[in-house]
Amino acid sequence: MKSSSSSRFADRATIPAVYLALLVAWEVSVRVFAIPAWILPAPTEIGRTALKWAPELGFNSLVTLRETLVGFGLAIALSLPLAVLIALNATARRLLYPILLGLQSVPKVAVAPLIILWLGLSEWPKIVIVILVCFFPILVNLIAGLEAAPRTMLDLMRSLGASQHMIFRRLRIPVALPHFFTGCKVAVTFAVIGSVIGEFVAAQEGLGYLILISTSQSQTPLAFAAIALLTLLSIALFHGIEWIERRVVDWTP
Amino acid sequence: MIAAAGGLVAAPPPAAAEVAAIDLRGVSKHYPGAAGTSVHALGPIDLHIPTGSFVAVVGPSGCGKSTLLRLVAGLEMPDGGTMMRYGTPLDAPSHEVGIVFQEHVLFPWNTVLENVLLPADVLALPKAAARERALRLLEMTGLIAFANHRPQMLSGGMRQRAALCRALLADPRLLLLDEPFGALDALTREELSLELSGLWQDLGRTAFLITHDIEEAILLSDRVLVMSPRPGRIRADIAIDLPRPRNADTPALPRFQELKKQIRDIIFDRRA
Ligand SMILES: Nc1ncnc2c1ncn2[C@@H]1O[C@H](COP(=O)(O)OP(=O)(O)OP(=O)(O)O)[C@@H](O)[C@H]1O
Ligand SMILES: [Mg+2]
Repeated sequence: MKSSSSSRFADRATIPAVYLALLVAWEVSVRVFAIPAWILPAPTEIGRTALKWAPELGFNSLVTLRETLVGFGLAIALSLPLAVLIALNATARRLLYPILLGLQSVPKVAVAPLIILWLGLSEWPKIVIVILVCFFPILVNLIAGLEAAPRTMLDLMRSLGASQHMIFRRLRIPVALPHFFTGCKVAVTFAVIGSVIGEFVAAQEGLGYLILISTSQSQTPLAFAAIALLTLLSIALFHGIEWIERRVVDWTP
Repeated sequence: MIAAAGGLVAAPPPAAAEVAAIDLRGVSKHYPGAAGTSVHALGPIDLHIPTGSFVAVVGPSGCGKSTLLRLVAGLEMPDGGTMMRYGTPLDAPSHEVGIVFQEHVLFPWNTVLENVLLPADVLALPKAAARERALRLLEMTGLIAFANHRPQMLSGGMRQRAALCRALLADPRLLLLDEPFGALDALTREELSLELSGLWQDLGRTAFLITHDIEEAILLSDRVLVMSPRPGRIRADIAIDLPRPRNADTPALPRFQELKKQIRDIIFDRRA
């Protein structure tokens, strides 16, 4: 008992310890080799800068989070009916799949300036870029999930004379849920990247914008702080979805 | 009613007052196989299930037993022949038929009770009455304490019992059972078989059981049909003239052993 709980503690402590060691190595290297802060700031320097710029970092994080969440939410809202249509209807599938695949294959960074040209300087172009970047993994996983109902379960529903609607509600949707969440977890990290692409191309606010101006002014520690925040944001959103998934999909071991 | 062992299908009974639950004539089934070939899975066979009787089919693995059940269920259409259910053409599944599939097929995202209530949801039966009946069925099968558990928490035998409760929920006129206890150990099998026998006796319903366990077939049935290897045909139709209610002592009766030997001899093609 004792040894297993202490070894579990060791397991849990190993990973933070490794991360901490990497940070220390970074700090020490920067100091020993006297690397200038505008090339590679030390972690303590980044921390200091982050504290100094806390209000700006906070405000711009919220801007980026908002774009990410709105775009991600709209991507889900768009994917749901499309996935149902494609899963149910062979003609819709043949018609829509090539278009959607084409959209997915266009490099988003390349079309970002066009989207901004069309939609102007509101937050909408950024949201549209987020949607474009993250709807595909949601859609593809959702379609796969809606088609994943086992034949035995479909036979059971059919033997009861269940309608398509009933088969969806009682069978296809529950079967699709784990696939849907897999798609969401992939998509949400893309969504953060999408926001940053949008902010790089045209913006007056957001973490992407902050990175752009701070590097242009050689404020490298601030850029690093913004990048760290983006990373944390991405990880937090991923775990947030996982948290929801564990509560919704509570039947898989 | 004792058919001759050795090949011929029992002649259809004389026109009865009551219409047969199931009547198949000259039914056969092919499945598309690899590279344009076709697999002759079944028949042509005749199958007659009188209303109120318990009919079992035994036969080797792959001889088309499940195919026959899927045809009777209306889940599959035959290549040829005619199929009638309660005097009307059988061309689709019916809510008057309850099925226990070879794999128990319970939804892991629903509780046992919600699984048992599935037919009520699909058929839009009155909620309160359905719930009451579901609870009674769970009580009868000893699952009431697990009503709000997910099926993955149950043992194999309990899952099969839950699937049986679901099949019985809408009070079907005809119960189709595809090796309902096939995946279970011998002890649980016998226990569940006897349980089913009692249930069936109480409800007085028609049942069609597929199994490869000869004892199970004899213990439960009024008639046992013996199928040949693929493409399955009915080799013999044997009336089981054992007294009811049957219980754990029934297999010890000399007549039970005689019937068992008779069926084994047909399956293994030995001269009686
Ligand atoms: N959907 C299908 N497509 C193609 N072939 C099939 C299909 N279903 C069954 N078969 C074939 O038909 C034959 C009969 O299958 P069936 O499942 O009816 O056998 P069974 O008697 O129930 O066997 P078991 O006792 O193993 O369950 C087999 O050869 C099988 O390979
Ligand atoms: Mg089978």
